[in-house]
Amino acid sequence: MPRINPEEVREIAALARLRLDETEVERMTHELDGILGYIETVKNLATDDVLPMTHAVPFDCPMRPDEPGQSLTVEEALQNAPRRREGWFEVPRIVPGTGGA
Amino acid sequence: MSRDKYEAVIGLEVHVQLATRTKIFSISSAAFGAEPNEHTDPVCLGLPGALPVLNREAVESAVRLGLAVGSHIRPRCRFSRKHYFYPDLPKGFQISQYDEPLCDGGVVTFRLNGEVRQIRLTRIHMEDDAGKNIHDASGVSFVDYNRAGVPLCEIVSEPDIRSADEAAEYVRAIRTLVRYLGISDGNMEEGSLRCDANVSIRPRGQTTLGTKAELKNINSFKNVRDAIEHEIARQSVLLDRGEKVVQETRLWDPDRGISASMRSKEQAHDYRYFPEPDLPPVVVDEAWLDRARKALPELPEARHARYLGTGLSAQDASVLVSERPIGDYFDAALAASPAHPKKIANWLINEVLGRVDDPRGLGGESMPVPPAALAELVDLVERGTLSGKLGKDVFGRMWQEKRRAAEIVAAESVSLMSDTAAIEEACKRVVERSPDEVARFRAGAAKVMGFFVGNVMKETGGKANPKTVNEILRKLL
Amino acid sequence: MALDVRGASLTALAAGVAARTWKSRDLVEAYLERIAQLDQKLGCFLLIDSDGARKKADAIDKKIAAGKSVGPLGGVPIGLKDIFVTRGIETTAGSKILKGFIPPYESTASTRLAAAGAISLGKLNMDEFAMGSSNENSAFHPVHNPWDLERVPGGSSGGSAAAVAASLCAGTLGTDTGGSIRQPASLCGVVGVKPTYGRVSRYGVIAFASSLDHPGPFGRTVEDAAALLEVIAGHDPMDSTSIPQPAGRYRQASKAGLGGMRVGVPKEYFQAGMDPEVEAAVRAALDELVRAGATLVPVSLPHTQYAIATYYLICTAEASSNLARYDGVRYGHRTSEAGSLEELYAKTRGEGFGNEPKRRIILGTYVLRAGYYEAYYGKALRVRRLIANDFTAAFSQCDVLATPTSPTPAFKIGERSADPLQMYLADIYTVAPPLAGVPALSQCCGFTRSGLPIGLQTIGPPLGEEAVFRVAGAYEARTDWHKRLPEDKS
Repeated sequence: MPRINPEEVREIAALARLRLDETEVERMTHELDGILGYIETVKNLATDDVLPMTHAVPFDCPMRPDEPGQSLTVEEALQNAPRRREGWFEVPRIVPGTGGA
Repeated sequence: MSRDKYEAVIGLEVHVQLATRTKIFSISSAAFGAEPNEHTDPVCLGLPGALPVLNREAVESAVRLGLAVGSHIRPRCRFSRKHYFYPDLPKGFQISQYDEPLCDGGVVTFRLNGEVRQIRLTRIHMEDDAGKNIHDASGVSFVDYNRAGVPLCEIVSEPDIRSADEAAEYVRAIRTLVRYLGISDGNMEEGSLRCDANVSIRPRGQTTLGTKAELKNINSFKNVRDAIEHEIARQSVLLDRGEKVVQETRLWDPDRGISASMRSKEQAHDYRYFPEPDLPPVVVDEAWLDRARKALPELPEARHARYLGTGLSAQDASVLVSERPIGDYFDAALAASPAHPKKIANWLINEVLGRVDDPRGLGGESMPVPPAALAELVDLVERGTLSGKLGKDVFGRMWQEKRRAAEIVAAESVSLMSDTAAIEEACKRVVERSPDEVARFRAGAAKVMGFFVGNVMKETGGKANPKTVNEILRKLL
Repeated sequence: MALDVRGASLTALAAGVAARTWKSRDLVEAYLERIAQLDQKLGCFLLIDSDGARKKADAIDKKIAAGKSVGPLGGVPIGLKDIFVTRGIETTAGSKILKGFIPPYESTASTRLAAAGAISLGKLNMDEFAMGSSNENSAFHPVHNPWDLERVPGGSSGGSAAAVAASLCAGTLGTDTGGSIRQPASLCGVVGVKPTYGRVSRYGVIAFASSLDHPGPFGRTVEDAAALLEVIAGHDPMDSTSIPQPAGRYRQASKAGLGGMRVGVPKEYFQAGMDPEVEAAVRAALDELVRAGATLVPVSLPHTQYAIATYYLICTAEASSNLARYDGVRYGHRTSEAGSLEELYAKTRGEGFGNEPKRRIILGTYVLRAGYYEAYYGKALRVRRLIANDFTAAFSQCDVLATPTSPTPAFKIGERSADPLQMYLADIYTVAPPLAGVPALSQCCGFTRSGLPIGLQTIGPPLGEEAVFRVAGAYEARTDWHKRLPEDKS
């Protein structure tokens, strides 16, 4: 019973905004199936009373004072922009309301 | 009307943009109004290799907000990544809080049509704002990241709200509160206060919730009211027809007064939340909470109650409470002249507030009539040294010339003539030429006194001390 | 005639510059000459900054002539894995999606190296976004192992390891997430150090897996690696996971000897079926440690068998998140034809990412999906704690652990690239320390009959770099492996 099928791979690729061609989808389905099979072994471990370890450091979040520092100039901010118009980054037309949280 | 069949159940998500100097996770300025992309740095641009560093002032603001609404502040909370793709979201995720927010619970209190209402909160959490997109007719859009990374507090209410009016008042109450706390401008038009609404309806008496729709693009108090009214009506029509409400997001169009479906919530974003690995858990200890509690100002509801206690009407109290500097001004004036709260309130509301554009100027250096000066003027009027009308004139001059009342009065003998001889002359003249009125008064028409007083005031150019005029007239009559 | 820098030690070169035995410019020319001769066949460099290096060398030489101090690494040529953001100098993370990206800022680690007087010769080749164990995943060209050009140098910091092995740099920086410093160090016969998590700032290190990425040094000798680590380690306010304590005295530790230390030998790292040459070399190394005064202590790290699965669950989830920013809007590759925003994203990312990043993005997105989180990522975080607890328990019985670094010596280019799972399984000895955040070092402890290096790994407790350097330094002092050099193949 495969753990992942091509349809699911296509769904996930869409979620991740990754265009895969059909050969890639096929190959990846096969590879991921194998990898998932291996990775699932962790399910066998009893971990009910184990706390998740999100960070390998034992300290709390440091905080900084509300002091302005060195910003980038507009030129520096835009210097790598693949497409720009004056001081803005340019993208294809966004249909308002289709994206965002 | 079918609307009475149904009860509206409304929950609001209000985003408050904090007025910190710098962004929540980086050192660029958070100020509004700069040229595009002038306030950016590697972190808020999402450059490869950049890392977030938390702004303490943002946490302080959020803590004060939580304390002000009585939330439970978690001693340890976490940031989480919330993933979606959009050009104004530079990292491809927002740093927000998911299962361990800073604040749980809380209550927002306000008055609706004279009645006290309390809306419970689910939670308040911190997150970073996205940039801004603007659109062009030519088929492209432009992105400005100045706003990306500005700190936000998201206030999530329980679905306790029952009408569009209530929703608007709730949002107004939050606005007033954040301005009191000094943590935000609370300006809906500028975007420092934003609101999404979750609206459902159910037949009256039903306890289970109906299907809800989410409304977005609500950017003024009027829109809060209109959008929700519209949605309640829309859902009522559907249910009346036997149709179902679809769980979806709808975008409000204020120009056309309608909403349009944006996407079905079934295909909702899978935000793939997980704990932010670049930020260890945030600790807010008892000592911090103590300091923050002590730093809280008197909050609107407490202030309102105190003003009622001084004898002010609920309406006047509400005006004084509507912006913190107004109440601060009132308190300062009252301290200088404790005997006349109602009068001070009247003068403040009628004369002072009419002359200021922004209540924040009330406490400023450039305020022509500071609280003590107003108090002094009120005293002069109440003591009888100035008539009400004269007092207003004096106030006008105080405002123009930045002078104190006592000084104007002394310097220019503006005061009422307390010169009894001259007043007596004026009274005699009026009485002599008004025999009919004299007769009526002596026959018992006490109201005619007003006629005499008015005429004497005219004779004296408004300068006569009304108390003296009254005394003399009574003697004469 | 150029100086002979083949096999030179970074600390010796720094001392020579300070003593005016040689000029920094001469060192730079010597290394540039070697690069010109050898790197065609090796492929270590993605970008060589000869002009920049010469200018900096001249400036250092001027300062020295004027009697001014130039820092502990003054004048010494080093290289930086192309994962460290360098201001004004192209940084690609080994990927097409960042081709042409010129950062407007500099990483903390490279800033500190420059402040110490080190001179960067350029950016070193790597597996794309640090994902790989062979440097075959570089979008540009593979790196060849200087000991045998048909074999891989290891990865993902293949270029950094090979450059030190072939004496193209006196020392280099790399990053280690699941073994990406130690494994190539082992396959190339040099010293590589993964410090304690948070010991070296990640600011300006292009992120692969945020909770597992560790920047660290490569050197010819243990003292060289220690010298580099001393310079780059220490608190950085720009990194919220940066350890507050200042850097330790690692060079001193590397010369302090290991008398009386207890060396734990985890049985899970010495299972039946080990490559016999690797086992023999590592066991011989353990014997040498005993002769040096150490006591061996058998220990167990019972959750070792889950380490690879745990690692790949966490690192792919974090990678899928960290790579979401590559969308063609602000920097990097952008697809030429995008009719819509959706097309912009999908095509840019489809074109710009290689197979390994794509694979890991899909896997990572899968394990974070609503409904799957608890079973996969949530689970992995708990197992991670079990793995960390294993180390804590072990370190109550010993001062350091000693294990092989890699189950095999360098394999042939192309040998493993067909089966990603096989590639992942080779991380078995290196993958647990990053999960626990504990420091680990790899150094050469022998050669196979065919002349390929074998690596010994020393693991310490959190902030236990000194203990690790003591053991590694003591071992090196008693052996000559580090003096053996690959032939120059031009």
